[in-house]
Order: sequence, then structure tokens, then C-alpha cells
Amino acid sequence: MTDASNTRHIPDRLQSNAARILKSWEVLLVGVAILIFVANSFASPYFLNAWNLSDATFNFTEKAMIAFAMALLIISGEIDLSVAAIIALASTAMGAAAQVGAGTFELVLIGLVTGLAAGAFNGVLVTMMGLPSIVVTIGTMSLFRGISYIILGDGAFRGYPDGFAFFGQGYVWWVLSFEFVLFAVLAVIYYVVLHRTNFGRTVYTIGNNATAASFSGIRVARVKFILFLLTGLMSGVAAICLTSRLGSTRPSIAFGWELEVVTMVVLGGVSILGGSGSIPGVVIAAFVMGLVTFGLGLLNVPGIVMSIFIGLMLIGVIALPRLWAKRRA
Amino acid sequence: MMAFLKSREAILGGAILVLLALIASRFPGFIAPANLARVFTDTSPLLLLALGQTVVILTRCIDLSVAANLALTGMVCAMLNAAMPGVPVIVILAIAVGLGAIMGAFNGILVWKLAIPPIVVTLGTMTIYRGIIFLISNGEWVNAHEMSAAFTGFPRASILGLPVLAWFAIVLAALFILMIARTPLGRSFYAVGGNPHAAVYTGIDVGRTQFWAFVISGALAGLTGYLWVARYAVAYVDIAGGFELEVVAACVIGGISIAGGAGTILGTILGALFLGIVKNALPVVDISPFWQMAISGAAIITAVAFNARSAKAKGRIILRRAQAQGAQA
Repeated sequence: MTDASNTRHIPDRLQSNAARILKSWEVLLVGVAILIFVANSFASPYFLNAWNLSDATFNFTEKAMIAFAMALLIISGEIDLSVAAIIALASTAMGAAAQVGAGTFELVLIGLVTGLAAGAFNGVLVTMMGLPSIVVTIGTMSLFRGISYIILGDGAFRGYPDGFAFFGQGYVWWVLSFEFVLFAVLAVIYYVVLHRTNFGRTVYTIGNNATAASFSGIRVARVKFILFLLTGLMSGVAAICLTSRLGSTRPSIAFGWELEVVTMVVLGGVSILGGSGSIPGVVIAAFVMGLVTFGLGLLNVPGIVMSIFIGLMLIGVIALPRLWAKRRA
Repeated sequence: MMAFLKSREAILGGAILVLLALIASRFPGFIAPANLARVFTDTSPLLLLALGQTVVILTRCIDLSVAANLALTGMVCAMLNAAMPGVPVIVILAIAVGLGAIMGAFNGILVWKLAIPPIVVTLGTMTIYRGIIFLISNGEWVNAHEMSAAFTGFPRASILGLPVLAWFAIVLAALFILMIARTPLGRSFYAVGGNPHAAVYTGIDVGRTQFWAFVISGALAGLTGYLWVARYAVAYVDIAGGFELEVVAACVIGGISIAGGAGTILGTILGALFLGIVKNALPVVDISPFWQMAISGAAIITAVAFNARSAKAKGRIILRRAQAQGAQA
């Protein structure tokens, strides 16, 4: 996150690299993460256990996968609140297919295609019809989950094939779960895409000034459409992992996750106004949220009270630097 | 006259009449006055919250914390009543409105003084307010037998054949129509949302206006909190879960532009009624209530697509309040 506002000013003297890094959002977040880690290991004797820590990663891996794509989308100045509903829709589609005997490969394919289709639907409405993404995705959020409710009602799909369990429950090596490895691989891929490619630069350009971007030859609508596709696809991936982990599908699956994903992205230093943010920030924010949830869970703090911490963190990390800047000004 | 017939409100009103006619053609009982009164009463909480949300959206903000505010105020009122049954309803009403307004003011201060994007602020306070309910209630329910007869009887008391709850909705809707059209504050909501730069030059404090919008929205949420808890005679952590999105949906269907500055209270009223009628009609026409979510999702998307077509292209980008803030500074 840069300034309180989007006004850019040119400094008289460039800051040294070291000073810039030390003051950066990511370093601040790492500090927070370390603090939480240390506090947790003092607070509970069960915290520093490889298997417990490995279990804890499930708190955030699925949400973080979506958060990567969401970060790009928010940097470009749009938002997708339908991601959790896409999980429900994709999971329902997979469940329905599993009932008629689809194998693991088909299920994965169905999950990914459903996610892509839902993302494309959002993308068409936003980029081709020029509708505001926040309203469109509030609408599709009801629509996608609504379809899930129509199909399932108060029932549930069970009976996934044995091989399907690997995505949410399998381990690649010792305590490294498949989900965690996938999370790490995706983090690297998104890092490269956002910070090392032309495409990534265009995402920032669009977020800072979409008009200037289109005058400089960037196909704004196309880039945004791709980002909606990506967000849909990642929701499909998360749906596969979550469904596999739970082993069942209900229409209320992943309820409220869209807000947690957005929280993760904003906590990671991505400006909700678009134009700035980084993947490492989102990765660290994922760990912070996962550690807080896990640590408080070990202390028998109920989930809803943890959400107070998440909410305070979300407002606090944005408010404190601004308060500080105000005092200095 | 022609202009009125082409307006969003007239078209939405027409759609509601067609909807009612369709239902009545098979189930004449639905449009019996007594049943329509019941549907209206059932829609009143949605309408009350949508009035406040309209003002907030007009100023280019959004308040996602209304449902949590409602639930927290409702819980406080219920616990107060359970502990001190002697406290008169008028005092409880005052506490409800006051507490709601304070929570709204908290949102407003963060938006006004620290210029944090409203979606982030209210996302955070939403989880914080919900968490506080758990903290004060220990996750327990306040049930009907713990509430006094005066407490639960108030919203259901009948005046001229309509319950008090419905009268609150009618009177406040009328007040809002007047306030929006006839008071400086009402006009400044439009000015701030329509063009923040111009608003600043005409001497309107953009941040302060947004602050008052949040206070109004919070006060209404608080009032509805008491009415809701008393009407259903139960208070627990999750009441009105996800209701904030239904409230935003009512505004969007009613033609309130999410980009701010456009829309009418009449539109909001019709938008809320539309959702209320659909919700109440589904069981009557023997469609599973599980269809409701998908239908309201489709209605939101249709409404926003329709509004975008009827509105002149303004080329605005959502989530772009930054320039406005820059102008203010």
C-alpha cells in the first residue's frame, strides 16, 4: 500500500534500498507473523509440533490460492465477491458427477471447467457489458450458490472416489501436504506472472489508470477478462481441494469465504483502490491469518472470537500507518 | 408523464404488478389485503435497512456491517430485557437507535478521518460486531420465555390493522423521501456521490457527509435490531446472517447506482418490496424456497444490466474514491 490517497509525489532524494525494504509492508507483516509465532509457542505446548503446524496450513491454503488471483483482480481495480459461491457451484457439479460414477480425473476436470465458466460469466458481465464488478459479483454470488441450493436443497453429495481424497488429504512428503505444495507452487507462479512479466505490469497500469492504459495500447477489457477467468479457475482449484478434504458437498460449503479472501488480500498490502500490492505480501498475510486462527484454536478460543481478531487486524493494519502519517504531518 | 413512465421506478413498479398478477392468476389468495399486509410486514426489516443503505451508497460508500449491527443491537436489547424486564420499551428503543448509531459512527469516523475505503472498514466491523455478540452472550440464545410480554408485543401491536413494525417502515420511508428531497443534508448525499470535486467547491464536506450517512444507516440497523429480535422472540449470534447482501441487492434492484449519486428512495422501496414478494410467493406457488437465492441473484444481475443500459455512460470506475479524497485534502 502506498499513500493514504492515490496522489503520487516525486521525492527529492531516492531512499536507500535498505531503508525502503525495512519500511515496506511485507517486512512489517513478517514481523507480525514472527510475533504471533513466538507468542503461540509460549502460549501452547502443542504449537511447535510438525504435524500440528502442518494441519494448521489447511486453515489458509485453499483461501490463499484464490487470494493470489483475487490480488491481481483487485490490483486491476475490480473485485470478485462470488468466489465462495463458485466453490459451492463447482463442488456441487463435482458431487453430481460423482453420483453417476465419474472418476477422479473427470471430477478434477469438471471442477476446473465449472470454475472457468463461472469466471467467464463474471468477466463477460463486467468487461463486455461494462457493469460494476462489485454489484455483478454480489449478484452472481447469490446466483451460483442459489443454483447449488436448487440442486442440493438441504441434502448433500457424498461418495467421492477413493483417489479423489488425495487432493485435500494426501501428503507429498512427510508433513508436506499436497495442498501446501500446491499453494507454494501457485505462489511462485503468481509471483512470476505479476512481478516478472509484461502481463503483470499491465495489471498495475490498468489499476493505476485504466484510461491511460488503453491509450498506451493495453487491451484493458481483455486483461480484466483474463483476470476474472483466473479467479474463477482458482476457485475451481480450491473447490477440488476443499471437497476432497471434506469428502462431501453441501450448498453452504465455504460460506463467507469471499470476505476472508478479500481480507487476506487487503491484509497483504494490496490497495483495495487498485494499482498496488504484491504476491509476497499476500503469502505472508495468508500465514498470519493461518497462525492466528490456529494459535487461538489451540487456546480453545471459539472461531467467532477469532474473527474479531481478523477484523481488528484488517482495520488496524490499515488505520495505524495512516494515523502515524497524520501525526507526523 | 412520459418521462415518469420510462423511469426505473415505473418499470420496476410495473414488474411488481405483473409479478403479483401472475401469482394471483393461480393463487388469488396471495393478493388478499390481509396477505399483502403480511408480506409487507415481513419485508419491513429489509426495507428499513435498505433506506439507510441507500443513503450510504448515494455517497459512494457501502455498509456491509448492517446485519451484524442489527444482530448485536438485538442481542443487547434482548439481554437487557431478560435482566431487567421492567425497563420500558421506549427506553429500549432509544438504546437500540443510539447503539446502532454509535456503531455506524465508528464506521463513519474510519471512513471520514482515516480515509479507509468503506468496503474494508465495514468488512472489518462486520466480523468485529458479530464476534462481540458471541463475547457478550457466550454463544447462548435469549429465548421467548426470557423476554417480557411488552418487549415482544411491541412490534406486533396492531394500529389501524397494521403491526407497529410495518408502521415504522411506512413512516420512515416517508421521512426519508422528504429528507432526501427537501433537506440540505439529503441533497448533499447526492452532491457528494454525483461529483465529489464539485461538492467540495460548493462547500460540502465530503467526509462529514459520508459520516452522517453511516450514522443514519447504523441507527436504522439498531432500530431494526430491536424490532427483529422482538418480532421473532429470539436472539442469537447468527441472526440475519448474510442479510447485508440482501439489503444491497434491494438497493441495486431499486436502481441505486453503486457508483453513487443516482437513485431514489421510491426505487429502494420498490426494490425491497420486489425481493419481499418473491420470497413470500415461492412457498405459495409451490416452488422450493431453495430457489430464492438464485432468483434474487438473477434479479440483481438483470437490474444492474438494465440500469446500465438506461443510464448514460459515465465512464466511472468503481472503488475509485481516491481522487475524491485527493481533492478534499
